[in-house]
Amino acid sequence: MAAPKVRWHIAVFLAPAVLVYTAIMIIPLFGTLNLALYGEEGFRGFQNFRVLFGDPLWSDAFWNALGNNIWFFVIHMLVQNPIGVLLAALLASPRLRFAAAYRTAIFVPTILSFVIVGFVWKLILSPLWGIAPSMLGAIGLKGLFAPWLGQEGSALTTLALISVWQFVGIPMMLIYAALLSIPDEVLEAAEMDGITGWALFRKVQLPLILPAIGIISILTFVGNFNAFDLIYVSQGALAGPDFATDILGTFLYRTFFGFQLQLGDPNMGAAIATAMFLIILAGVCLYLFGVQRRLRRYQF
Amino acid sequence: MTTVFRIALLGSTLLAGVAQAQEPVTLTIESWRNDDLAIWQDTLIPAFEAQHPDINVEFAPTAPAEYNAALNSKLQAGSAGDLITCRPFDASLELFNQGHLADLTDLPGIANFSDVAKSAWQTDDAAATFCVPMASVIHGFIYNKTAFDELGLTEPTTVDEFYAVLDALKADGTYIPMAMGANDQWEAATMGYQNIGPNYWKGEEGRQALIAGTQKLTDPQWVAPFEQLARWKDYLGDGFEAQTYPDSQNLFTLGRAAIYPSGSWEISVFNPQVDFEMGAFPPPVQAAGDTCYISDHTDIGIGMNAATPNPEAARTFLDWVASPEFANLYGNALPGFFPLSNGEVTLEDPLAQEFISWRDECESTIRSTYAILSRGTPNLENETWNASANVMRGTEAPVDAAARLQQGLDSWYTAAPQ
Repeated sequence: MAAPKVRWHIAVFLAPAVLVYTAIMIIPLFGTLNLALYGEEGFRGFQNFRVLFGDPLWSDAFWNALGNNIWFFVIHMLVQNPIGVLLAALLASPRLRFAAAYRTAIFVPTILSFVIVGFVWKLILSPLWGIAPSMLGAIGLKGLFAPWLGQEGSALTTLALISVWQFVGIPMMLIYAALLSIPDEVLEAAEMDGITGWALFRKVQLPLILPAIGIISILTFVGNFNAFDLIYVSQGALAGPDFATDILGTFLYRTFFGFQLQLGDPNMGAAIATAMFLIILAGVCLYLFGVQRRLRRYQF
Repeated sequence: MTTVFRIALLGSTLLAGVAQAQEPVTLTIESWRNDDLAIWQDTLIPAFEAQHPDINVEFAPTAPAEYNAALNSKLQAGSAGDLITCRPFDASLELFNQGHLADLTDLPGIANFSDVAKSAWQTDDAAATFCVPMASVIHGFIYNKTAFDELGLTEPTTVDEFYAVLDALKADGTYIPMAMGANDQWEAATMGYQNIGPNYWKGEEGRQALIAGTQKLTDPQWVAPFEQLARWKDYLGDGFEAQTYPDSQNLFTLGRAAIYPSGSWEISVFNPQVDFEMGAFPPPVQAAGDTCYISDHTDIGIGMNAATPNPEAARTFLDWVASPEFANLYGNALPGFFPLSNGEVTLEDPLAQEFISWRDECESTIRSTYAILSRGTPNLENETWNASANVMRGTEAPVDAAARLQQGLDSWYTAAPQ
């Protein structure tokens, strides 16, 4: 009996992805985990994590950043994704004219750089030269204006909404594609049964796009917990006012690279990066095992 | 295919060009002073290269906020330039201790500097000097002289006069009394707290006492500057909470704000921009006749990357930077950055002359948080930024801010036994 044939092609086809991914993602990841276990004096086990979670000077900053990060994520989930679904539903409506123009206009900010978005919004909202105060003034609502980016209560929410403005195009596109892939026969059959308008969306279309909404949620989660650029550009590494906009990314940056007279501490920085990695890993696992497997998929 | 071939040809031509031009040594300067690019390229470097045709110098600045982080990474990766512009005190000391900055104690030009000037770039026992002092900056208040004349106001010398002037400006309403924002945080700390503070903690006396542990940040003389910042709130422009440093600069140079708490480094930036006459006054004292104290902060030095392949050329350049010739060129090219050299320096800019004249009338000190006290975590300087901005925005009481700073300092710093 001949030995089973070695199927070399599997290894060959997998090789490029495995090699590239290992070299630029997996090795650095383990490098970071390893770095977190060392200090100036050498190997120190989990001491860095004990400091990060046990020393109030570090843990307060960490929990503040994590809390802000969660709020940043909540705003995205509550504002960005529902608006994305709504826009997609409007765009998919066959009676809408100029759909392509709207689609492009809404998607364009997504391809802009964070730096440009940060600067432009900072200028728009500037109490000195911004157009926001004068536009509100033109409709008699000048009293509503406040230096939002400079107040502890509103700065983080303002930045989250700026980020929503920039990225709302992504959920819109993904859901738009999911809606288009629903065959007309299904919709027509539903209409024959007397389901139209809002009921049609809720009972037929929404269940069919749930997998897309799931993917969008997990993309938003990973993106938000890795966020850094927008805060850094508009509020600086100290994430003012009074750390009200400090998220894990800016906390990591300050610790790892140092700031002004504060020298960088790569080991503590790596400990924070590891904590971020674990948080994201936990979130993704929760989604994969808790949600993804229960979603029903329909094949047409 | 032809394009690839053409690019390859172009590349090889360029490389050949570089290879041929490699005769003179090229030195690269790392710096955070991107504002000074033109001065280095047009004035300083040509003057040096005229005397040393065999050495080329390139000035390669990074944005100020990123400089420390970028420099640390470059030094660790071995890709930093030959010459390193030095931040004062602990940041550079740490680089020296890590072996990234070379010891310059035996550089002949170092003899041109006083002990105070060198102290920012020495080990604690003053045994080794690792950067050549370049310049200090003096804090004070720059004001719009035209606006003052218009409203019949004069330079205030005491705190009460200072608030009288601010009240008059506010009552008139043409100008925002004072241009300062809380967004970037360091404005409130550096141009607010460190600017007026020395008058309360008596300059060096208080600073040394803080290091020795005989005074605390919760003592009245350290809380008082915070109380002043809290009072400033009423005289700042609308929405100052979101106002950035460039916003403040623009408010003043456009003539919309009358007083700008700041420092001499602005002179070279403002001179070409303003179309009104500027004046300056030192931080007001508490009662008429009190000794005045100013922050005359040793701010910028230059050292040598220990890993440079051209140590000889780098030392030649540093020796030139230490010469009175450089001090004169630099002091006049950049009015507001005052040379620290003992050599005779003549400044031409009137506003710079005004600032430097305070050295004769007042006692000089440096920023209280820079030496020794910002070595640990939490970093006192960075905490002071946050505290000053909070106090100015009115979200933290002066005493609470001071208590928080002292608590952070106590967590890692114990004064050396006397």
